[in-house]
Amino acid sequence: MSPPLEHDYIGLSELHSPAAAVVGGGGAEDGALNLKDTELRLGLPGSDSSDRKDKVALTLGLLPKIFVSGAKRGFSDTIDGAGKWGLAAGGGGSEVEAGKGGALFSPRGERGGGGHGNAGNDAVGKAVGHEPKDTGQVGDSAGNDRGVAPAAKAQVVGWPPIRSYRKNTMATNPSKNKEDANGKQGLGCLYVKVSMDGAPYLRKVDLKTYSNYKEFSLALEKMFSGFTIGQCGSHGIPGRDGLSESRLMDFLSGSEYVLTYEDRDGDWMLVGDVPWEMFTDSCRRLRIMKGSDAIGLAPRAMEKCRNRN
Amino acid sequence: MTYFPEEVVEHIFDFVGSHRDRNTVSTVCKAWYQVERLSRRTVFVGNCYAIGPERVMARFPGIKSLSVKGKPHFADFNLVPYDWGGFALPWIVAAARLCPGLEELRLKRMVVTDDGLELLARSFPNFKSLVLISCEGFSTDGLATIATYCRGLRELDLQENEVEDHGCQWLSFFPDSCTSLVSLNFGCLKGEVNGGALERLVARCPNLRSLKLSPAVSVESLNKILARASHLVDLGTGSFAVDHRTDVYHMLMNSFPKFKSLRNLSGFWDASPCCLRAVYPVCTSLTVLNLSYAPAIQGDDLIKIICLCFKLQKLWVLDSIGDKGLAVVASTCKELQELRVFPCDIYGAGTTSVTEEGLLAVSSGCPKLNSLLYFCYQMTNAALITIAKNCPHFTRFRLCILDPGKPDPVTDQPLDEGFGAIVRSCKNLRRLSLSGRLTDQVFLYIGMYAERLEMLSIAFAGDSDKGMIYVLNGCKNLRKLEIRDCPFGDIALLKNVAKYETMRSLWMSSCDITLGGCKALAAKMPRLNVEIINENEETYEFEENLSDLHKLEKIYVYRTVAGPRNDAPDFVWTL
Repeated sequence: MSPPLEHDYIGLSELHSPAAAVVGGGGAEDGALNLKDTELRLGLPGSDSSDRKDKVALTLGLLPKIFVSGAKRGFSDTIDGAGKWGLAAGGGGSEVEAGKGGALFSPRGERGGGGHGNAGNDAVGKAVGHEPKDTGQVGDSAGNDRGVAPAAKAQVVGWPPIRSYRKNTMATNPSKNKEDANGKQGLGCLYVKVSMDGAPYLRKVDLKTYSNYKEFSLALEKMFSGFTIGQCGSHGIPGRDGLSESRLMDFLSGSEYVLTYEDRDGDWMLVGDVPWEMFTDSCRRLRIMKGSDAIGLAPRAMEKCRNRN
Repeated sequence: MTYFPEEVVEHIFDFVGSHRDRNTVSTVCKAWYQVERLSRRTVFVGNCYAIGPERVMARFPGIKSLSVKGKPHFADFNLVPYDWGGFALPWIVAAARLCPGLEELRLKRMVVTDDGLELLARSFPNFKSLVLISCEGFSTDGLATIATYCRGLRELDLQENEVEDHGCQWLSFFPDSCTSLVSLNFGCLKGEVNGGALERLVARCPNLRSLKLSPAVSVESLNKILARASHLVDLGTGSFAVDHRTDVYHMLMNSFPKFKSLRNLSGFWDASPCCLRAVYPVCTSLTVLNLSYAPAIQGDDLIKIICLCFKLQKLWVLDSIGDKGLAVVASTCKELQELRVFPCDIYGAGTTSVTEEGLLAVSSGCPKLNSLLYFCYQMTNAALITIAKNCPHFTRFRLCILDPGKPDPVTDQPLDEGFGAIVRSCKNLRRLSLSGRLTDQVFLYIGMYAERLEMLSIAFAGDSDKGMIYVLNGCKNLRKLEIRDCPFGDIALLKNVAKYETMRSLWMSSCDITLGGCKALAAKMPRLNVEIINENEETYEFEENLSDLHKLEKIYVYRTVAGPRNDAPDFVWTL
C-alpha cells in the first residue's frame, strides 16, 4: 500500500509501515509525544482499544490540532490526494477554530461513541476516522494561511450539516461513493464474489482491502493459483490513459485466463480499463474467464470506455 | 362575547385554527380558557421538556391529534449525544390515561421504544395516524404491534428513522381485515421486506394514496404493487435498478403510464439511468420529485427528466445536477416553490457540483421560489444580492457553503452584504441558515431587518459578542437560535436574558460560554432550563470542582414550566 503522508501539528514525520505498529505493543509511554499513538495501525475496524484512545486523547489535550489516525490509512490518502481541508479560511472564524482546538478534541469516552452507531460521536473518534461519514472534508482551502499546518486540520464534527440518515443511506449506496476506498470501516467493506471457470467453488474478496490493480491481482493469484490477469497497468492515476487497444489484445491472446467483472448496469467488463476507484465503485462481481471465451469482450470494453469519455 | 352561550363561543373558536391564535384566545378570560381547552383538538408541543405530558393532557382532554418534538435540531448532525433524552413514552403513557380519544400522534427527534409503540397500539381504539420523523429506539417488532392492534389505521409514516431490523414479518401483522390504509411510508427501513405480504396489503387497501417503499423492495415487487395501486398520488420506489434486458425492466417501463393521479415521486434508492426512463410518462403531471438519494443519476439524465416536469413545485436533487441542470430547472419548472440541492460527494472536492450560477439561474427563472436548501462550494455577494432581488418571497433560506468560513471567492470579502440583502428583501423570511465567511455586520442586518425570522442557524461566523447581541436585540419573532463554533461568550449570553423566555430554545456549542456565565443565566431566569452537556469524561465527575471560567462545550437553554427534567443522563447538568 502506498504509505500515506501524515503531517501533524508539530511536524512529526509520518507513520509508515506496519513495522511501526509491531513495535512495543501497548506499552504505556507517557509523555506528550507518544508516537505510537499517532501511528497508523492496520487493524480491523473498531480494534482500537479504548486505552489507546485515551492516551491519544491526553496527547491531544496538550497538542491541539494533532491529527490522529487509527487504522484509517486510506483516510490519509484522501488528505494526500485532495489536500484540501477547508476549515475556516480567514479571520474570526478561524481564530475561533484555533482557540477551539482543545475543545474540539476534548477527550470523550466510548460512552458517547462506541457502540452507538453514528450517534454522539466525539471529535477524537472523528479524528481517528471511525465515522468519516459524520465529518466533512470540504473543498478548497486556498485561504488557509493562518499558520496551521495545512494537513493537520481535523475533521469537523457535524459538518457539513447533513442528516446522519442521509449520510448513512448514501454511504451504503455503492454507486457513487468516494468515501475512502481503502479504509477498513465496517460500512466500507465491499465483498464481491469471484468465480473462476472450472473451479469447484467461488471465493469472496473485499475490494476495499486493496488500493490498486497490482495488489488485487496478486491477491487473486494467490487465491486461484495458476491464474494470470496480466499487467493491468498503473491505474492509480485518473485520466483515460489506461490501456490501448493493442495491449488489451495482447493480454487476451497471451494469458490463459482473463479477469472480468460485472458492473452496476449488469454488463461484463474487462478488469483494468478504468481507474481503481471507479472499478471498486462499480464492480458487483468478478469472473475469471477462460481466455478463449473472452475474446469478444475487449473491443466492447473499449467502446464503453470511449462512450464514457 | 362573554354573554354568548358556550356553544356559540366554541363554534366561533372552530374558525380559530392556528395554535398560536388558539393559545392567545385562551388567555383572554377564564370562560374562554375553559371553552378553548375543551374544544381543542390539536396540540403541538415544540419542545417535549417545556411542559409535562400530564399537564397537557389534563388541560386538553379532548385532543385528537398530538405533535411533539424532542431533541434539538443539531441532533441531526450528531452534535447531541445519543442518550441525551427526548423520550416518547411519558407522552404515550399520559395520553393513554387521559386522552383515550387520541387519533393522531406525530413525533420528531424522539426516542420511541417498542414498549411505547405497543402501549400506543393498545390504548387508543380510534387511532388513525402515526408519523415518526428522525426518531430512534424502536424495531420492526414495535411496528408489528401497531399493525396488529390499530384497527382502522390510516397512516403509518416513518421518515428517516433509525429502526432496528428484527425481521421482515411485521407487514404480515396487518390483519386481512385491515383495508383502511391511506398512507404507508417505510422507506427508512433497512431490512428485508416480505414482498408477498406487502403486495397483498396494497391490494386490499383501495384508499391507498401514498406508498413509500424501502430499498429492499425489489422491482418485481414494485411491478406487482403498481399493477394493483393505480390510484396512487404519492409513490416512493424501492430498489430501482434492473438489467434492461430483463422482463422485469419491460414491465416497469409499462407500469407508469397508467398512473393518472401520480403527483409525487421519490425513493430511487439505487436508481440506474435506464430504469429512470420508466417514469418519463408521468413527469408532466408531477408536482414533487425527490431524486436526492440517487447518486448514479448524473447531470445529463437528470436534465432529461427535468425537461418534462413543467408542473414541478418541489424538487430535491443532488448537486450532480450541476449549474447546467439548474439552468434547465429554471427554464422548465416555472411553478417551482421549493428546491433542495444536496452534496453528492461529501468527502472530496466535487468535480460536478453547483455554484452561485445555478442558484442565480433558478432565482431568475422560478418566480414562485420560496424555500431553499442549497449546498455549494462557493457563493458570492453579487449573486446573493441578485437572488434577493429576484426572489423576495423566500420564507426559508438555507445556504450551506461546504467550506466553513469561506469568503466570496471573487472579492475575498465576507458574505455579510449578500445575506444582508436576503433579509432586507425577503420580508417573510422565517428560517435562515448562514454559512461562509461572516462578520458581526451580517448579524446587525439580521437584527435590523429579519422581523419575521423564527429560526436562525449559525456556524463558524461572527467576530465578537456583538454579533449575537444584535440578533437577540432584534428579531422579534425569534424562536430557535442554534449556534456552533462562533466567538460568542458570556457577555452575549447574558445581555438580553429576558429574550430567552420568548423563544423556544437556544443551542450553543463550541463557543466561548463559561460555566460562570451559565450559572448567572440560570440564576437570573428560573423559568429556563440551562442544560450543560458535558461529554468530557475527565470533568463531569468533578462538577463541583470546576471553575466558573471553565469553557463549556455544549449548552442547551430552553424555557419550561416543568422545571429541570428528571430523565437527564449523567453528562447533562441542569443548573
